[in-house]
Amino acid sequence: MISRRVKGLLVAAFSLLTLTFSNVTSAQEHHDGETGHEEQVHLEGAEEAGEQKFDANKVIFGHVMDAHEFHFLSWKGADGHEHHATIPLPVILYSTTRGLSTFMSSAFEHGHKEVNGYKLVDNHILPVDPSEKVYDLSLTRNVVQMFIALALLVFLMLGVAKRYKEGQGVTRAPKGFQNAIEPVITFVRDEVAKPNLGHKYARFMPFLLTVFFFILINNIFGLIPGAANVTGNIAFTIVLGVITFIVVNFSGNKHYWGHIFNPPVPGFVKFIMVPVEILSIFTKAFALIIRLFANMLAGHIIIICLISLIFIFGSISTVAGVGFSPISVGFAAFIYVIEVLVAFIQAFIFTNLTAVFIGQAVEEGHHHEDDHLQHGHVDHTTAPTEPVII
Amino acid sequence: MQLLTPSFGLLLWTLLAFLIVFFVLKKFAWKPILASLNEREKGIADSLESAKRVKAEMAQLKSENEDLMARAREERTAMLKEAKDTKDRIVAEAKEQAKIEANRIIADAQQAIQAQKMAAITEVKNQVGKLVIEVSEKVLRKELATPAAQEAHIQGLVNEVKLN
Repeated sequence: MISRRVKGLLVAAFSLLTLTFSNVTSAQEHHDGETGHEEQVHLEGAEEAGEQKFDANKVIFGHVMDAHEFHFLSWKGADGHEHHATIPLPVILYSTTRGLSTFMSSAFEHGHKEVNGYKLVDNHILPVDPSEKVYDLSLTRNVVQMFIALALLVFLMLGVAKRYKEGQGVTRAPKGFQNAIEPVITFVRDEVAKPNLGHKYARFMPFLLTVFFFILINNIFGLIPGAANVTGNIAFTIVLGVITFIVVNFSGNKHYWGHIFNPPVPGFVKFIMVPVEILSIFTKAFALIIRLFANMLAGHIIIICLISLIFIFGSISTVAGVGFSPISVGFAAFIYVIEVLVAFIQAFIFTNLTAVFIGQAVEEGHHHEDDHLQHGHVDHTTAPTEPVII
Repeated sequence: MQLLTPSFGLLLWTLLAFLIVFFVLKKFAWKPILASLNEREKGIADSLESAKRVKAEMAQLKSENEDLMARAREERTAMLKEAKDTKDRIVAEAKEQAKIEANRIIADAQQAIQAQKMAAITEVKNQVGKLVIEVSEKVLRKELATPAAQEAHIQGLVNEVKLN
């Protein structure tokens, strides 16, 4: 069971890898051919740049990847130059040789200029001197959007908490936004924490709630048109996955570790089982990381692909582009609605699986015999409570 | 490939943001909210429990009241019965007593009548005797008004006495 899952994940990861590799190479070939000048045509400006080729790769990855600015649209002015409507963001760089340097991303003039010995290539800041070691701590659009989303989350939650402290919702009926938040909190408590963690649920409630709302608000913010794709970024999901990994393994009890290093199987099978068990510690967190990342990224890519189709058809003939636009927009709207659902579902799945993993780690030994009768010896890590969700 | 290579900056900022949000929300949001929810749920459960208890108490009270009412009714009936009995008894007694008294009064009256009658008869006898004596006296006075008459009467009396 677990091996099948791992294999599935590996296949998904490799196909994604090959896809990105091919994209990068084709984009680079394309790039070399155009003498490094800013040739990127964004979909919003495609009408004005009719003679230029529409590059779907750049558009799609430009939208789902991180960037140093919020980019809304580009157009070619009467003077023949590219113009961009963007919100520049602060760049913070730490070089081991030159120390800290900060400036606004607008100083790069969309990659046309070098600043303080740094250049902007494909939304990546690189030192002009390639031997230099640089840490990029910039407030990129993902970071800024995440901060805005979290500030809103904290503001909303503190507002709700204040109401409760005042007795609203305790001695009197809850009011307004409390009514929206309260069912979610009680859902996490009654449907996620209690069934998986039993009587120990209270200890992990703050963590589960924070994970849930942290993912949810960033998912929702990612759905705003023009916003960054925060939860579909591997860095974001890695942080959450690693934190979950730490929480799960630090709350693991003797029973949990006993299962891993001394599985109750006949002696020679132990040699096979122990590595599998140790691997399973990591695959759990890895599955969480890839699942959230891939789901959110896929949704964003599908929507932008559907919209890009209009311009791909448009570059063949204007009539085809116009004719295809209702179909494209219809599908995009459909996927958009699904994405709203997915925003909630993925937040729930991440939280629920986190609760399941913590539940396995803190489970007491009294189910011991039952466990093995139920799940057999080979794949007991896949408890019946752990759904296989991709 | 860029998609799968996490950038160091975003990793760091996300970690920092998560930790800050976690500790802020844990202390200032989740604790009070969860405590409030628990308190409210406990309050509701307690209220329901006490409502149930009160209901049971009410039912008990009601049955007790009904008991009491029934007993009171019984008592009333008993009291009424007793009162009636008492009344009957008193009336009977009174009648009895009245009868005795009446009899006694009648007897007394009869006795008194008898006594009066006797007195009256005695009186009448006395009066009659007196009258007879008076009349006799008058008659005698008239007959014996003259000495000759007196002589003749004495003669007559003497003649009547026979000296044997």
